[in-house]
Amino acid sequence: MSNHPFAITLDVGSSLDNLTGSWRTAKPVYGDRLPPCNKQCPAGENIQGWLYHAESGDYRKAWEVLMQDNPLPAIMGRACYHTCESACNRGQLDQPVSIHAVERFLGDLAIREGWQVKAGAPTGKRVLVIGAGPSGLSAAYHLARLGHAVTIAEAGPKVGGMMRFGIPSYRVPRDVLDAEVGRITAMGVEILLNTRIADIPQAMADGSYDACFAAIGAHLARRVDIPAVAAGRVLDAVSVLRGMECGDEPPQLGRRVVVYGGGNTAIDVARTAKRLGAEEATIVYRRTREMMPAHDFEVEEALEEGVVLNWLRTITAVEDGAMLVEKMALDEKGWPQPTGDYESIAGDTLILALGQEVDTTVIERVPGVEVNRDGTVKVGENLQTGYPGLFCGGDMVPSDRTVTVAVGHGKKAARHIDAYLRGMEVETPTKHPDAVFERLNSWYYTDAPQSVQPTLDLLRRSTSFDEVHGGLDEETAQFEARRCLSCGNCFECDNCFGVCPDNAIIKLGPGQRFQINDDFCKGCGICAAECPCGAIDMVPEEV
Amino acid sequence: MPQTGPSQTVKFYQTGTLTVGNRLLDPASRTVQSSESRSNAITCGHRACQGCGEALGARYAVDAAMRAANSQLVCVNATGCLEVFTTPYPETSWQVPWLHSLFGNAAAVAAGVAAAMRVKGRQEVRVLAQGGDGGTTDIGFGCLSGMFERNDDVLYVCYDNQAYMNTGVQRSSATPPTARTATTPVAEDAPGNVFGTGKNVPLIAMAHNIPYVATASVADLHDLEAKVNRAMSLRGARYLHVLVPCPLGWGSASHDTIRLARLAVECGLFPLFEAEHGEITATKPIRRRVPVEEYLRPQRRFAHLFRPDAPHAGEALARIQAMADANIRRFDLLRMSDDRKETA
Ligand SMILES: Cc1cc2nc3c(=O)[nH]c(=O)nc-3n(C[C@H](O)[C@H](O)[C@H](O)COP(=O)(O)OP(=O)(O)OC[C@H]3O[C@@H](n4cnc5c(N)ncnc54)[C@H](O)[C@@H]3O)c2cc1C
Ligand SMILES: Cc1ncc(C[n+]2csc(CCOP(=O)(O)OP(=O)(O)O)c2C)c(N)n1
Ligand code: SF4
Ligand code: SF4
Ligand code: SF4
Repeated sequence: MSNHPFAITLDVGSSLDNLTGSWRTAKPVYGDRLPPCNKQCPAGENIQGWLYHAESGDYRKAWEVLMQDNPLPAIMGRACYHTCESACNRGQLDQPVSIHAVERFLGDLAIREGWQVKAGAPTGKRVLVIGAGPSGLSAAYHLARLGHAVTIAEAGPKVGGMMRFGIPSYRVPRDVLDAEVGRITAMGVEILLNTRIADIPQAMADGSYDACFAAIGAHLARRVDIPAVAAGRVLDAVSVLRGMECGDEPPQLGRRVVVYGGGNTAIDVARTAKRLGAEEATIVYRRTREMMPAHDFEVEEALEEGVVLNWLRTITAVEDGAMLVEKMALDEKGWPQPTGDYESIAGDTLILALGQEVDTTVIERVPGVEVNRDGTVKVGENLQTGYPGLFCGGDMVPSDRTVTVAVGHGKKAARHIDAYLRGMEVETPTKHPDAVFERLNSWYYTDAPQSVQPTLDLLRRSTSFDEVHGGLDEETAQFEARRCLSCGNCFECDNCFGVCPDNAIIKLGPGQRFQINDDFCKGCGICAAECPCGAIDMVPEEV
Repeated sequence: MPQTGPSQTVKFYQTGTLTVGNRLLDPASRTVQSSESRSNAITCGHRACQGCGEALGARYAVDAAMRAANSQLVCVNATGCLEVFTTPYPETSWQVPWLHSLFGNAAAVAAGVAAAMRVKGRQEVRVLAQGGDGGTTDIGFGCLSGMFERNDDVLYVCYDNQAYMNTGVQRSSATPPTARTATTPVAEDAPGNVFGTGKNVPLIAMAHNIPYVATASVADLHDLEAKVNRAMSLRGARYLHVLVPCPLGWGSASHDTIRLARLAVECGLFPLFEAEHGEITATKPIRRRVPVEEYLRPQRRFAHLFRPDAPHAGEALARIQAMADANIRRFDLLRMSDDRKETA
């Protein structure tokens, strides 16, 4: 029996005594989901993570988070094909976040400010890296951070691999490249130039290396036999582009240059030819414009600069001052077929841009290493070959051939080499669930169109190797960073704290996020429904 | 090359000013609700249903008024859910001086409190009266009109959940046409509540020429708090009408409370506006317009409009859409909002 007065069942007091949390059948749980940008990045960058710091103007912190995965942000912000942006959820709202532009801003800022990275505490282990391309550089950087002593052997006279010998300077200025490589050597990584490794086991033994990462790239130009009369000059794209960097003077091309191929290399070499003063640069491609592997924006820029595209054509002979081409037509299956119909295209130099192959001679000799039918090297999930302690990555293993994939391989190889050196296995943390667009409450994000990077005037473009695209200034870069929706990761908007009808959310203070007060949360789910970025899950209670 | 980005102002675009707060906003532009030091006028342990819009609306309005009044606030409460779920006598959730008398006389009691404060020379103590739509638009309407007509120094807040929820969801004069309630069931010849002429208390309040009248919803906190602030900066009779969805009475999911309040605004059925001395001074344009169906469909009280065999559903939906369209015309709700203008 209660001893309350008549008709009164409660004690005088506050409702805090009622633990209404007992009504709950589902419970809100904060989580961190995997944003599609992060998921897509071949270098495994935590894009959402570094944008978060850029938003508040803490560019140093943003850069440090970025540098945990990628040692070359200024290059990457220029050369990377930024597939993260195609995956970006904001693309479904208006336009994707210009991730590469912010990355470039951070990379350039770091160069201007001279920000450095420290090597890890020495482990006493030595690793040989073969090739100073993006993959080798990335591996060296990560290994150095893990405390291993790294030496890079590079056959060429300069560092950078295809970032220097392939990608033209109007896309990646060489001072940017030098600055980012300089930061890696400042960590103690040794680079031996003009040092071609011919026998890997021998080189490992000679230098008493405990492990080796080979990333020699794909440099052999694929060729086709085209009958040529003596007067016609036939070159390959990789040599031409390499000649830009290594020769005493730029390669001598004719007045009318014809490029055969449809990839990015074809575009780069045609645009380079224009800049070297060719009056005409014509790209001849067997298939249609839509089927060209070159990226759309590069094709557009080339067209702007006056490069001519000639698709559905094959070159059958090089004549004096002209190329004999056969017209092609698509069959029912959409494949180009010869028509027997010929025409002539004016041209004094033919440049083949038909792709590159791996020079496997160095690797074939290593016991236990297998070469695939397409000339790439066979590696396991951990990038290890059949030879103890030898790992391979980048263009020489089966993968998409991009700078970012190469950088990603470098990081992955470094992790596995580190584990190998310590006699352990790499533990892969379980991936967070995806932060899909459908989970966002996009109403809370205000409209903000993507920032536009400045582009060099056409006239300057066609007469110089100046960089085509400019970077964003600080204000614009920050604007762009703040366009990020922070998919699946709390950005402390206070919505959950504000919308709970039961005051059952505790705010832990700046940077500390929030906590649910289980005593009073009734499990209505409003906090989860109104979280803009979908960071809250409703999990059924056990009953 | 020169680093010349196009000129843009760096705003908090990630959120604009639409979320409750944001670590990047300067504290002055955040809402009262984003603050750890908000007064939490209704504290935890109250007995409102899961996802109650009224609990939310009342905390929003009273916390904002508390801040505006430097915590010198007295609240008067009509009978109804808000009173019942916060104060099963003698227990209370209120963290503010609070009075309850009857269902119908909150406005009159508040006027009395205001008069008492005047007599005592305590002008810094402000008075807020509150009630549901039943206690406001129907049974307390006479007292409310009197308070307006005398221009008593009271802010009256009506939490409109569109029916008498506390006693089992009976129709009020704020219940929308075709809604099913306990007293307007759906049958062959009775498709829920009637299409009457409606009773629009905000417009009636305006007709009293009082200093301030506004509508707000729990889906737009910045707007709601700004309106409370404006109201509190004025003296005399002021009226705020807040849309507060009720999961129980509307037959909606408890997590949909805020979404429904937002959809009601975005479809045009619940226009947001402010008026001073009988003249409209501001309206809030729709951000992303939706057809009324999108708002009605998640609510079981309108389920009969979406049954394939419903004889009058098509016509009813058209009439509701016409009501929304009329609001859109009347308040010019499709013009661009400031937020959109800036980026256009
Ligand atoms: C013209 C062109 C344009 C491109 N543009 C882009 C672009 O815009 N964006 C993009 O993402 N990707 C681009 N790529 C692809 C990208 O450059 C490559 O995928 C990437 O550089 C591969 O990196 P890697 O480290 O595997 O090899 P590489 O960059 O090829 O580096 C390999 C290095 O190993 C050295 N080496 C080879 N053999 C030996 C040996 N035996 N001993 C010592 N050193 C050796 C080479 O000299 C070279 O420096 C382009 C490629 C080309 C050809
Ligand atoms: C004069 C009088 N009639 C009837 C009641 C019973 N009653 C208590 S609350 C309520 C309904 C309240 O409805 P509303 O004002 O809309 O508030 P809600 O509960 O929906 O928030 C009724 C009819 C009463 N208390 N006094
Ligand atoms: S909005 Fe931000 S977090 Fe989401 S995908 Fe785009 S960049 Fe990544
Ligand atoms: S809004 Fe509050 S009561 Fe509802 S689920 Fe979230 S924490 Fe619990
Ligand atoms: S609502 Fe805002 S504060 Fe709460 S979890 Fe989501 S992002 Fe974080």
